[in-house]
Amino acid sequence: MTVLPMSGEQTWVAVCRVEDVPRAYGVAALLEDRTQVAVFRTDDDEFYGLSNIDPFSNAAVLSRGIVGDSAGAPVVASPVYKQRFDLRTGACLDDESVHVATYPIRVADGVVHVGSP
Amino acid sequence: MNRTLVVVGHGMVAHRLVEAVRSDDVDATWRIVVLAEEARPAYDRVGLTSYVDDWDADRLALPGSDYAGDGNVELRLGDPVVAIDRAARRVTTAAGHTQSYDALVLATGSRPFVPPVPGRDLPGCFVYRTIDDLDAIRDAVERARAGKGRPAAAVVGGGLLGLEAAKALRDMGLSPHVVEMAPRLMPLQVDEGGGGLLRRLITDLDVTVHTGTSTDAIEADRGRLCARLGNGTELDVDLLVFSAGVRPRDDLARDCGLDVGERGGVLVDATCRTSDEHILAVGECAAIEGRVYGLVAPGYSMAEVAAATLLGKQASFPGADTSTKLKLMGVDVASFGDAHATTEGALEVAFHDAVAGTYKKLVVSDDARTLLGGVLVGDAGEYNLLRPLVGNELPAEPAALIAPAGAGENAVGVEALPEAAQICSCNAVSKGAITTAIAEQGCDSVAAVKACTRAGTSCGSCVPMLGKLLAACGVEQSTALCEHFPQSRAELFEIVRATRIGTFSELIARHGTGRGCAVCKPAVASILATLGHGHILGGEQATLQDTNDHFLANLQRNGTYSVVPRVPGGEITPDKLIVLGEVAKEFGLYTKITGGQRIDLFGATVDQLPRIWRRLVDAGFESGHAYGKALRTVKSCVGSTWCRYGQQDSVGLAVELELRYRGLRSPHKLKSAVSGCQRECAEARSKDFGIIATEQGWNLYVCGNGGAVPRHADLLVSGVDTETLIRIIDRFLMFYVRTADRLQRTAAWLEELEGGLDHLREVVVDDKLGICGELEQAMAEHVSNYADEWKGVLEDPDKLARFTSFVNAPGTPDPTISFRTEREQPVPVLLGVPEVVSR
Repeated sequence: MTVLPMSGEQTWVAVCRVEDVPRAYGVAALLEDRTQVAVFRTDDDEFYGLSNIDPFSNAAVLSRGIVGDSAGAPVVASPVYKQRFDLRTGACLDDESVHVATYPIRVADGVVHVGSP
Repeated sequence: MNRTLVVVGHGMVAHRLVEAVRSDDVDATWRIVVLAEEARPAYDRVGLTSYVDDWDADRLALPGSDYAGDGNVELRLGDPVVAIDRAARRVTTAAGHTQSYDALVLATGSRPFVPPVPGRDLPGCFVYRTIDDLDAIRDAVERARAGKGRPAAAVVGGGLLGLEAAKALRDMGLSPHVVEMAPRLMPLQVDEGGGGLLRRLITDLDVTVHTGTSTDAIEADRGRLCARLGNGTELDVDLLVFSAGVRPRDDLARDCGLDVGERGGVLVDATCRTSDEHILAVGECAAIEGRVYGLVAPGYSMAEVAAATLLGKQASFPGADTSTKLKLMGVDVASFGDAHATTEGALEVAFHDAVAGTYKKLVVSDDARTLLGGVLVGDAGEYNLLRPLVGNELPAEPAALIAPAGAGENAVGVEALPEAAQICSCNAVSKGAITTAIAEQGCDSVAAVKACTRAGTSCGSCVPMLGKLLAACGVEQSTALCEHFPQSRAELFEIVRATRIGTFSELIARHGTGRGCAVCKPAVASILATLGHGHILGGEQATLQDTNDHFLANLQRNGTYSVVPRVPGGEITPDKLIVLGEVAKEFGLYTKITGGQRIDLFGATVDQLPRIWRRLVDAGFESGHAYGKALRTVKSCVGSTWCRYGQQDSVGLAVELELRYRGLRSPHKLKSAVSGCQRECAEARSKDFGIIATEQGWNLYVCGNGGAVPRHADLLVSGVDTETLIRIIDRFLMFYVRTADRLQRTAAWLEELEGGLDHLREVVVDDKLGICGELEQAMAEHVSNYADEWKGVLEDPDKLARFTSFVNAPGTPDPTISFRTEREQPVPVLLGVPEVVSR
């Protein structure tokens, strides 16, 4: 893993190449502190990062959900019980009291980086 | 307060009474004791003739009629009440038991009427009323068949019950005679014109009809019977069935001094009370306001009225509709209102089409404005609209209402019916009750209307009317798949089939909006898979799949997957069993035998899956599609190879079917089973398609279900050979796959299919739509294109690359997954109670 020093406290970790994430798809990345980030790529080539832990089942599976949209918002549906999460904010569309942590994603030179939350 | 209600008899009406009391008696003020003569709980006597289809008495069982789990109802079977002591309020049974009551309900039903013919008690003479009667008739048929080949039989009675008996005999492979005193068949229901056509149609079905003649004597003749008819005809038969109407069983009431009607029946008032205030009577044994009804619908009304009376509520018998609609040996017969034009000045309008085999008559008032009644023979399609119009002003010229199709659009719609018109005559539900449920209780589907009003829950003939009423009330029943597609699944299937669009992105760009979601993506992926667009993980398709299809395994609660190799028919060699054990040991998997006769291996991580498949595929296993909306298993019993009772090779057929339909993607999972005899050890009738062996071949049952809403499968065809069976299953499955909604099992699909089982049979057996060739071709393509999905991944490095836990650490297992040991096997350590519990 390559750690890129950035201004302030923000650090970036390179996790994969852009072509490792097909459109409308997600992959899981493991950070050094053993936290897991689900990295998604939409049909519009936007990248988003969410905690990989599905808050309804506590299983590390959000990256394996189906990526799509709801009224224009990019979402992933948990593969366990199908609740949808807004990829931009981590908010659960089916239960407004729930949201998951988001991670900034940066693409540089064809490489996808996950930033600290 | 704990009072005792004793119910004498347990037929359909008694059961309805107990249900009605239990559902309204919220504080359980009544303890109910049911004392019954027959050894089995209430069953569908109206459907008795269908018992011949498969000799499965369980299928006639009425839901809930054993009151299992209801501590307030005690059901004592096989011990009839023989005496009532009104002073002591106590009954005595044949076995000598006594039971006190605070209230007594007589629901003893009818006995078959046997005319006083000399010889009527000879061996070989039967009546037609109970399951036991049919078992006895069956035994006699079998005995006669064993003796000399094709037995002969006669039915005394050409009314409704007589023709039912004739149908039962015909279904047993006989060509019965029917003897009727009146000048025509079904004299109570149809007029001379209708009776003439009915006779012709019934005669075409290999039934010999003798009308206008009595049965004068029955004589024993060298082990057979000779029936001498009044017109001089002599019938040599092996058995004779009396089915000439019924008489109320009122003996108990007579013996204890209750008032009885002039023509029999326990006399009751409109609240169902007899001359003793502690005793009520309902159903066919009751003469309500002097009149006895031999139909179930008035009986059900009485049950509801009696239940209300017992619970201190005001209710009175609303009168009965004796209209009838039935299908006898495939011939529609309907009669409603004043069918015989007995009203003063009544006019008749009739159409008789001898070529088409239909007869339709309306009886109208002298000014031709009010419908009084009618008779329909050969085609009773208009019955549902006409019967509710009885007593109401006609919405069109009488002739227009029964004019043959093509002579102008039928003028009547549901809008024309008055609010009081009865839509569901089985459960006495009016149009007004249904429209109120739609408008005020928010019923927005046929299923909701059924649940709310009970309409359509008995014979189901009014179900199409419910849909029309919903539409008439402005309820749009949206069939849109999701926010991205305005089309239904069936419409999308046709679009994909016709346009040969091969990707989701092209389909949504041309026919939908947005980017898709977890509803439409898997649904379209399934359609593409059914139509043969390569491996389900090929190219863009991989991003459409639910996680189970994506990893070709079943996601479990800790994020691991389970693996189920196919074991066709549940038949497996010792060597293969050993391989399964070795694989489970090597990868530390939990093993369990499934309900589908195979073995599930739990606890595999995504990176382990290809390595597990490698071992399994090398040993000759393939994917069992436990993860897919696809054919799961075809269970089987051991069949004629081993079983002393087996009639066909059920395992061989199950293996053949499972290999034929494996991998077929469908709207929901498909389950099947094959039983080698009527004992049905494979539970085939709880399956989407189930096969039961008989001496003559295979019986095919369709649209059954286990699970939360069990449904016994319906008989589609019987006694067919293997080739015919497979052809019809091919058509059935493809027709379902094309037309069902997303996640709609076959049972729910059939419930909503307009025309129901009859329509299904017309399409897939009779090929009425002319699509069977196309359906068979589609299945042939599926069979020839089949390839194992696991092997497809193992052979493709691009697909294999997806089976990693982490994109940046492919060899590292998911650190959140761990196991502990329970009963000597690994089970997941759960990651604590989920921190968010919102439902």
